[in-house]
This record gives sequence, structure tokens and C-alpha cells, in this order.
Amino acid sequence: MSDYRIQGATGEWEVVIGLEVHAQVTSNAKLFSGSSTTFGAEPNTQVSLVDAAMPGMLPVPNAECIRQAVRTGMAIDAQINTWSRFDRKNYFYADLPQGYQISQLYHPLVGEGAIDISLDEKNPDASGKRIGVERIHVEQDAGKLMHDQHPTRSYVDLNRSGVALMEIVSRPDMASPAEAGAYLRKLRSILRYVGSCDGNMEEGSMRADVNVSVRKAGEPLGTRTETKNVNSVRFVMAAIEHEANRQVDVLESGGRIVQETRLFDPDKGVTRSMRSKEDAHDYRYFPDPDLLPLVLDDAFLEACRASLPELPDAKRRRYEAAGITPYNATVLTAEVESARWFDALLEAGAAAPQAANWTTSELFGALNRTGRGFADSPVTPVQAAELLALVADGTLSNSLAKQVFEIMLETGDGAIKVVEDRGLKQTSDTGAIDAAITAIIAANADKVADYRGGKDKLFGFFVGQTMKAMAGKANPGVVNERLKAMLDQG
Amino acid sequence: MADLTDLGIADLRDGVRDGSFAAVEVAEAFNARVVGAKALNAFLVETPDHALTAARAADAARAAGDAPKPLAGVPIGMKDLFCTAGVQTTAASHILEGFVPPYESTVSQNLWDAGAGMLGKLNMDQFAMGSSNETSYFGNVISPWRRKDGGNAPLAPGGSSGGSSSAVAARLCPGATGTDTGGSIRQPAAFVGISGIKPTYGRCSRWGTIAFASSLDQAGPMARDVTDCAIMLEAMSGFDAKDATSLQLEVPRWEAHLSPDLKGKRVGVPKDYRVDGMPSEIEALWQQGIDWLRDAGAEIVEVSLPHTKYALPAYYIIAPAEASSNLARYDGVRYGLRDLPDGANLQDMYAATRADGFGDEVKRRILIGTYVLSAGFYDAYYTQAQKVRALIARDFEKAWEVCDVLLTPTAPSAAFALGEKSSDPIAMYLNDVFTVPSSLAGLPAMSVPGGLDKDGLPLGLQIIGKPLDEQGVLNAGLAIEERAGFLARPEAWW
Repeated sequence: MSDYRIQGATGEWEVVIGLEVHAQVTSNAKLFSGSSTTFGAEPNTQVSLVDAAMPGMLPVPNAECIRQAVRTGMAIDAQINTWSRFDRKNYFYADLPQGYQISQLYHPLVGEGAIDISLDEKNPDASGKRIGVERIHVEQDAGKLMHDQHPTRSYVDLNRSGVALMEIVSRPDMASPAEAGAYLRKLRSILRYVGSCDGNMEEGSMRADVNVSVRKAGEPLGTRTETKNVNSVRFVMAAIEHEANRQVDVLESGGRIVQETRLFDPDKGVTRSMRSKEDAHDYRYFPDPDLLPLVLDDAFLEACRASLPELPDAKRRRYEAAGITPYNATVLTAEVESARWFDALLEAGAAAPQAANWTTSELFGALNRTGRGFADSPVTPVQAAELLALVADGTLSNSLAKQVFEIMLETGDGAIKVVEDRGLKQTSDTGAIDAAITAIIAANADKVADYRGGKDKLFGFFVGQTMKAMAGKANPGVVNERLKAMLDQG
Repeated sequence: MADLTDLGIADLRDGVRDGSFAAVEVAEAFNARVVGAKALNAFLVETPDHALTAARAADAARAAGDAPKPLAGVPIGMKDLFCTAGVQTTAASHILEGFVPPYESTVSQNLWDAGAGMLGKLNMDQFAMGSSNETSYFGNVISPWRRKDGGNAPLAPGGSSGGSSSAVAARLCPGATGTDTGGSIRQPAAFVGISGIKPTYGRCSRWGTIAFASSLDQAGPMARDVTDCAIMLEAMSGFDAKDATSLQLEVPRWEAHLSPDLKGKRVGVPKDYRVDGMPSEIEALWQQGIDWLRDAGAEIVEVSLPHTKYALPAYYIIAPAEASSNLARYDGVRYGLRDLPDGANLQDMYAATRADGFGDEVKRRILIGTYVLSAGFYDAYYTQAQKVRALIARDFEKAWEVCDVLLTPTAPSAAFALGEKSSDPIAMYLNDVFTVPSSLAGLPAMSVPGGLDKDGLPLGLQIIGKPLDEQGVLNAGLAIEERAGFLARPEAWW
């Protein structure tokens, strides 16, 4: 249970949050037409006769969009409704060519499911919470109005018109901005694993309607407001923060909350009223008579299930079972790109715990520094496995491995080639090491005396000097062993 | 040589095939008929070149020895509900006046692919809403028929496919496309003494046909006789991936399997179609039809369709509900009429455009449809009507346990005079009382001429069939046609 509370003048208030996430389905074509769905195309270049609602045009469901929504439902362990139906939501607006949106009100494609979130994603020991998902339905997106093209006219771009969206409706199970943020991140991660939505909020592929109400502990649910179309995790959290505090202020100053639609202003960090329930539309939903009910057969469902990848929670458990620390397992599985990359590394033969340590420290660091992601990582999993193998077999010390990795990043060469070209191989040649130690003992007679007199801490000094003399290539184990023997000999 | 416009589809097709006459001669003859019949107001657009181009192609193909197409050399009329590429398509409305689609409806394309040519676009009730053709924005079509009462009252050609019925009856074209939502092929066919069939819902693609009520709209042919209907329906039908309600079935060879022999068939006579106030002449014709079918070898059984009386009210909820949504796209934003008063905002533009662009009957149905779908009324009207629809379909399913086709009158009266019912929407809606139940059930149904009433006006008989059994319907129609010997035709006054 979240301990997030708003401290009002009259005491503590709990916050109740539900999210309706609109996720654009990854598909080359729109939900009911063959038009392309590429982001950023010139206005009105991705519009078919159907999308423009020309007379006599008819919608035909795109099986790929249905498949993606079903796979998404399966990924959150949801009820898949083998019989569902499309309804028309009727209203007039210039970005809605048909005068109705084809959606699913009465019989959605996906029913009850759930998403498990961690209340502190950075801390693997933090407790988790299960957020209920009430339903997922598929629907058409609308077009876009452009008000900045002409002093007195508005223009309509129908490229988005008819693009398939999944509306993923949560239960009002979240109790803090942090939980809402964790839910959104987890949902986005699952969508990306499944490949049903790219989750790019800045491109509008994912946006959330945020339902918020407040109440005193133990009281029934308060009246909620719905803040529409919030397009980043940070903004969702900010909108909740502001809206909950606003509601507390209203209630504590004797007012009441009206059920209304609000907008979030990201510049000011506030929500403001868009329209109240009184002037809400009557959408006159009814079954779309152009479309037959959607009936899914077992073969289709099996194919959907068989195509699901390993999902983040399962992957995390597998990593932990392979000896990877819970922290590393959480970090590696948070995004599908890192998880895929890491799986390829394991497949190339790297030992799990070492590979995880190296990936989360060295590779994450390098990617951060170079501003790249796993998808365009300068080092391939096979190259990294080669590097880790050289460490494992003693060819490279950890510090040599760091050097080799830096060179790999710069040149794109494989680890073995770098080692050979630059002669960076670690040496366990006791003859060379002994010679170096002898010279150091001779040159530092005073420190040798101090050490032998009981200043044990000076051992590190001798290690450092020896490694320096060996240009970092000496096997640290052998150096330790020989130093100990030769210093104690005297 | 006889006047080519006296020939029907089969004779024209066969004559062109065997070289009795050229397809171009046929096209020219009908083009001339069309030009000479402006008084009927049946055509909104004349397309003589389209007919001639198709005819030349048919003649050239024959000269080249190519296999003949099914409708090579046959020019037809196209109801203005079908979008035709490069030819104005308005659904007889002001809001689409001047709209020229850049695409061809599947049904019209199928006909062109079969070799047919187009004589023009046929007038109709606006957006297919009406039973008399009086709701057309471009003036009503006039029936070529007149009462033999000495008066010259202009008569309704029926609706909504009134341009089609009038044009076929007046021999302006040997066949025409119609669409039927609640009787819009069958009632006008009956009013002018021709045949017309609405196939099973899903046989003809709805793609490119301007929608009235999607769950009911079906295209079908209107022609002089049953054989011509079978030929034309074969060309119009077929699966279309662009229509999600299209039936994925092979098109049967209806013409090849036509047979008037009904031995072993059972014909159901639904007692529930005996409505109060039905004219005795209709009653008598119905009995005559029963006798004809018995004579053709059929066994006659009485059946009950107990929910028939609820069909009309259910229809006048469902059809307007769908229409109110289907017609929302006519908003002045992308095509068609736009009224943008000075200083108007978006809402003002919608209001002005739609107020000006839609006729009274269309507005009435949009209002009814909006009302029955609105919050608080949805269950009482729309949901209830859907339940009735399911019960009506079940009535038919039960009837099929004891019979193969049903025989009823097509309409409760002969053609009425223009203006006679236009002030009373309910009286007008009652015209659909016999045709609506089979529409709600998606069944194939056809009207064939049976005889004339005391005023010398045609009366039709309706045959309703099982789902997908167009053949049974056509065969029963043929049995009636052979026995009725209906040869009456209107005297040309236009």
C-alpha cells in the first residue's frame, strides 16, 4: 500500500488513480484501411478513400492490428474475448471524417488482466503491487487539426485518421504519482517486448488519460476528473500531483469536485477544465453495421500465444536463477533492447553473473558516454563475449579488459584482434615478473624495510609499482604471489 | 427490323452474340430513347458515350472472335446510389450535387467487367429514403403508367429505385440496378409491372454504394422478366474483400438453372400478411398467385410469421439509426456542398451545410435515428428493435421447416398518385409492410408482375426465399411469369 498522502488543512488525503492508455498498434497499415502509418509524413499523404470517409467506403478489419492487441492481452495474462464487436462512437468534429469513431464499447477484444509493478524500480527488494487492467479494446485514431497554417482557417491532416489504437484501461488501483509512473513504464516495457506498440510518447504513439480523485482514509471514492492526452510519464506524474492537490484545495475550501474533462498544461504544470459532464457529448454508441462481430478461432489464438516473447518478469526470474544479482536482473530486463542484447551475449557463451556485471557497468557506461542505445551499440554481443572469455581464461586482467574495451569502442575491432595488435595480453611469466620485482625491491630499500618492519599496508604500493613496471599486463594473481614470496624472503 | 428497345437483356445479349445486330446499334437505340423521355425525369445524368464505348468494345471483341462477355452489348441504367468513376454521383441529394467520385463501386465495376455499358445515372429517392421518388432533390420521377380513369394524374414509380423502375418500364433501358433496404427494388418493380430481385444480404458488395442503412442495404437488378434478372444478378454478385459483410461464396449459375417446374416444392402462404384494409384486388391476385404455383407443381402450405406486425416499427428504428450515423460524413469538410456563412465557426458550417443539403425526409430520418440512439432511449428503441429483428428472423427459420419459398403481395396497393401520400409519412411507410420483414432477415426476395388492377395499373407478387436460395425464388418467379402472361406495357405519352 502506498504511503503517499496529501497533507491538507483537515488531515491526510488518499489519492485514487486510474489510467486509460492509448497505444498506437505497431502495424504497417491502419485499422480498417490499407493506408500506411509512418510517423512524420507530409500532411494528407497517407489517406485512403476509407480514411477520408468518401461516400460508399467501408471498413475492413486489419488482422495484424487485431493480432497485436490479442498478443498484448496475453502478455498481461488477460481474458481474450473470442467474440467481440465494434461500435460506433458518434460525434461531429473536423478531424473525424466519418462523423463517428469505430471503437469497442460493449464487447471489447480483451477483458480483465493485470500488470505487476515494483514500488521502487531501483530497489529489487522493494515490495510490488498488482494493478488491475479492466480491458483493452481497439479503436481508430482521429486526424489532426492544424491551427497555425493560416490566420483565419484551420487545416485538417488525416494521416493519423484510422490508425489503430489499443485503449488499455486500468482499474483505479494506483495511489500515488510514483505508482502511476511505475505502471506506465512497466506497461511500455511490456508493449515493447511484445512489439505491439513502440511506446514513443513524444511521437504520440502512447498517451494517457488520467483519472484522479481524492478521499479521506476509509471513505468511499470521491468524484473523479479525467485529464486527457498526457504524453509523457513525467507529465502524467506531474498532472496527478497537481490535480490531487487542486482537488484537496477545492474540497477543503468547501467546494465540490465536478466530474469533468481537463487538460494538462506542461509549461505551467497545471490542469485546467476543458468541458464538464453537463456539456459532454451523447456519443450514441451502437454496433457498427458495416462490420460483423470479430470471432477468433483456436488456431489464431495459438499462433498469437506462440509468437509471444519471454516477458520482463519471466526473464528477470530466469536471470536470477542463473546467478545474476536481482539488481542486475532488474536493470537488464527493464527495456527490451537491453534484454535482447544481453540474451545474445549469453547465447554467445558468456557466463551469466560476470556478463551481467560487465554489461551493467562497462557497457551501460559506454553507451551513456557515447549517447547510443543497445540497438546501435558499437560492440556486438559476440564481440563482448570474446572479451569476457579473454578475462575468464586469464588472458586479460580486469584493467586490461577495460583498455581493450575502450579500443574496441573506438575501432569496432574484436577483442582478440585488439589484444594481438596491441600486445595487451596479460603475462603470468614469472621470470619477467620476478625481474621487475627484484628491480623495485632494489630501488625502494627504505620501503622494503618499513614493510618488513610491520607496515603491511605498503604491500599495495609494491603491487602498483610492479604493475606499472609490467605496463599493466602482469597477471595480478601472479604478481601478488611473487611479491609476497620475494618480500618475505629477505 | 423490330425496335431494339423492345428487347430484353437475354435477347439483346443473344442478338449481339449471333450477329443479328451490332452492339452499337443497341446502344444508339437506347441512347435515343433516353433523350426522348425527359418528361419522366428518370435520368439525372445521361452517359451515351459510356454505353457506346462498351458497345464498340463488344462489337470489336466479336469481330476478333473473342469469347463473349456475359453482358456484352447490353446497356443498362445505373441507380445514382452507385459511385461511378468520373460521373456525378449524388444519391439524388443537394449535399452531394456535383460530386464526381474518382472510384467505381464494386457492383458497377462488375457490370462493366461483364461487358455492360451505362446509359446514365438514374433518379431516386434522396439517399434511398422514400417509397415514391418524391424525395429526390432533382424532382420526382414520373411513372410511365397512367390510370385508365380518364384522368392524367402523374403516378409514383415507387421508391426508392423509382428512376430504375420507370426507365425499365418505359423501355429506356433493358435493365437497371436498384438497391433495396426495406423494399426499394421490389415495390417500384411492382408499381410499374417489371421484375426485380433483392438477393441474400452479402451477395452484392456494398463497396462504393452510398450507404443508407448498412445492415439492410442490398443491390439487385430490375428488368423486364425473371431471366433478365437472373442474368444481371449473376454479373452484379460476388465476394468482395473490401466489404466485410460480403459473402465469400461462388456465384451460382442462376440463369442456367432456371426452371418453372415446382414439383416437390412447398410454397408457404403467411396468414399474417393479410392486413386490415388490404384492397380486394390485391387479395384476389394473391389467391391467383397461389393457384399458379399449385399449377406449377408446388404444394401450398399455410404458415405463420407471428412477429410480422412488429417488422415495420422495428425497421423504422433500425434503418434511421444506421442512417443517422452513416450520413454524418456529409459535413461540408471534404467534398460536396459547403455552406459557410460569414463569420461561421465549425458548428455553424455543419448546421448550415446539412440544413441546406438534406431534404425533409432525410432530415426526418436523421432526427428519428439520433433520437432512438440517444442516452436513455437506446434500450427502449434500438435494443428492442434488434430483439424484434431476431424474432422475425426466427419466424422465417421456422417457416423454412415446412416450406421452400413464401408467396405474398409485394405492396398493399397499386401505384398511387404523386402528392397523394407525401404529406403523411406514416401512410408512406406502410407501403413497405410486405417487403420489410425479409429485409430485416436478410433473405432473397423478388417481385414479379401478376396482373392489372381495375385502373389498369400493375400489381406485383413477392416471393421470399431461404438464405442463399435465389434460385428457388427465381424459379417460383418464373413459374408465375409463365402463367401470368403479363404483357401489358404503358402507352407512351412522354
